[in-house]
Amino acid sequence: MRRRTLLGGAVAAPLLAACSGGGGGTDSGGRTTLSYGMWDPAQMPGMEQIIAAFEKRNPRISVRIQLTPWASYWTTLKTSMRGGTAPDVFWMNAVNFQLYAANGVLEPLSGHIKADATPVDRHPKALVKLYSYRGTQYGLPKDFDTIGLWYNKQLFDKAGIRYPDASWTWDDVRDAAAELTDPRKRVHGFAAEMDRQIKIYPAICAADGYVLENGRSGFGDERSIEGMRFLTDLIDRGWSPPQSAMVESVGRVRYWSEKVAMNYDLSAMAGQMYAVPALKDHGGIAVLPKGKRRATIIHGLANVISAKSDKKAAAWKFVHFMAGREAAEIQAKAGVTISSYEGTQDAWLESMPEFDLKHFLEMQEYAVPYPSSKNTAVWENLQYPLLGAAFSGKGGIETAARTLGEQMDRALKEERDS
Amino acid sequence: MSVFPATAAAKAAGRSRTSASGTRPGPRNQRSAYWFIAPLGLGFAVFYFWPLLQTLYFSFTEFGAFGGHTFIGTDNYLRVIKDVTVWQALGNTLIYCVIGLMALPVAIVVASLLNRRGLRGVSVYRALYFIPFVTLPVAVGLVWNWLYNGDFGLVNEILSWFGVDEHYWVSDPSTAVYAIGTVMVWSTTGYYLVIFMAGVKGIPQDYYEAAELDGAGPLRRFFTITLPLLSPTIFFASVICMINSLQTFDLIYIMMAEKNPAIGDTQSVVGLFYKWAFIENAQGAAAALAFLLMLVIAALTYLQFRIQKRWVHYA
Repeated sequence: MRRRTLLGGAVAAPLLAACSGGGGGTDSGGRTTLSYGMWDPAQMPGMEQIIAAFEKRNPRISVRIQLTPWASYWTTLKTSMRGGTAPDVFWMNAVNFQLYAANGVLEPLSGHIKADATPVDRHPKALVKLYSYRGTQYGLPKDFDTIGLWYNKQLFDKAGIRYPDASWTWDDVRDAAAELTDPRKRVHGFAAEMDRQIKIYPAICAADGYVLENGRSGFGDERSIEGMRFLTDLIDRGWSPPQSAMVESVGRVRYWSEKVAMNYDLSAMAGQMYAVPALKDHGGIAVLPKGKRRATIIHGLANVISAKSDKKAAAWKFVHFMAGREAAEIQAKAGVTISSYEGTQDAWLESMPEFDLKHFLEMQEYAVPYPSSKNTAVWENLQYPLLGAAFSGKGGIETAARTLGEQMDRALKEERDS
Repeated sequence: MSVFPATAAAKAAGRSRTSASGTRPGPRNQRSAYWFIAPLGLGFAVFYFWPLLQTLYFSFTEFGAFGGHTFIGTDNYLRVIKDVTVWQALGNTLIYCVIGLMALPVAIVVASLLNRRGLRGVSVYRALYFIPFVTLPVAVGLVWNWLYNGDFGLVNEILSWFGVDEHYWVSDPSTAVYAIGTVMVWSTTGYYLVIFMAGVKGIPQDYYEAAELDGAGPLRRFFTITLPLLSPTIFFASVICMINSLQTFDLIYIMMAEKNPAIGDTQSVVGLFYKWAFIENAQGAAAALAFLLMLVIAALTYLQFRIQKRWVHYA
């Protein structure tokens, strides 16, 4: 008899523990533990500081970071969504947002925002809009990124060229790239890498073209093609390494190792550039040069809540906190990305006094939001295989771009029909 | 005379034992045999057969990104057949298969070299050849990418001694498939080497001694004794090798960056499957593609079994 009760107890104990752990979403002490999914290890310290501040104000809630590398973040998230083990709160980007919102796996936030008077209007309008789907807000921006022109002052001095500034046009870039290229030292003037966010999209927009408008692809548009030709032309003339070379050492790495004098890159890279002693000393930043018009791409991440979470009340408290001034200031001081909360960016600017980071903020004025649709990944995946040859110095950007435009239109049509 | 005296002896021993005790293999013995194979059978049913049926079913459906599916008939198969990238991937995969089979001649030659009498440190050589096979493909891919690197890679450095111009091996569409194929051969040779060494060991030394007395040189001995008597092992290894090469994925996934201009020329069928299923949310079409690959593997394996009668000698 005694043995049986002992056994019964042993079986019941884990069951009870499982109930209290999962059912109400709280642990035995009435504490709620939220899981927070993110991908960037560089942002871990900043996020930990924000979490510490949040936990101080909400002693009954604790937040645990779940870091998944970028390469597997979305596949892991999708699988865990199906299996019901997704994080309660996680990072979302524009590329994936509509897919998640349309499938109803994100918690609608509009009601909460109204009830708690979340300061949504203090974030850039274009970014807030990126995370609303059919009139409902599903995500709140945490940061934003623009693309700027990074240049190596020492290489410019050696070539005797004045530094890039707001007056620069594509012609100035071409002239400078020709001067700066030194094949014997394996130095190139520019890195015209095949990268949609930091090179291709900004060039297309600066040529007054477009990537996606009213459900139609802009890749076949003459103006867009001209934008891409600006990049491939730099490769054809030998002023930029061909794409085949930049697969093995990407443009950013070539800029770091001072083998490329000018490079378009994200504001979010500032922290990593700052960590390179040579660049901290003589790395320069300017606004993107003008093509037919001025343009850069703006993109930002948002915090969203999983619709399958059983701790939504606590999750909302955390997301609400992160959309506020205090969290934004901590993030800005950590110096990784530009916090999206208006007026908190000074802390970011001051975190790297040697860099002219203010140019990234100036460009907000004419920044184009990152293009996306419901199944963005499908048409984005068409780009690199089709444009690869043209970016390797084999020519033919016109036909490649037109084929891409047609295929992308077909993918967009399938997306509408499904 | 049997090629494998050891097994023949074991068989004879087994036969004599049953006759001595007077019991024949009856139903009772058979029942216990089923218990012994049950764990494997269960594993096979759960992890192979059930997923196979599921894949077949899903290949006729369209999947929601987060679960749920609708039946759409043969649409997925039509998409697979019409898609140019599928045929390109299939072509690439067959190239990998042909290159992958190159591991066999290399392994046979090395195995017969290591079989020389009086050679010391055989186990060291065997371990050296086997290490690449047990190394994770991810590590193999990363290291070879450095070796192949067009700017500072060792491969270019060595070739430059012979006056060969530097080259971006894995990002030039004309060389990428072969560059990856070489790594495939390099990393699998050890596995087949171990199989062939066992096969070579099974060939009685008497044959070699007799041939030597008759004045046969090393080449002659290799072609008239080693190769024919090794043919059952070669057949087994070639079937395994072909199936493995047709399913190749991880090495290519690691070695080919997303922005690599050679990506279309190197993508394997499984690579395309991964892209459809996990990136583009087309699980149904991906299931159809997986099924197509299974049919190709089944057809080629059947063909190999048909052709084996002409060249495999079971002594």
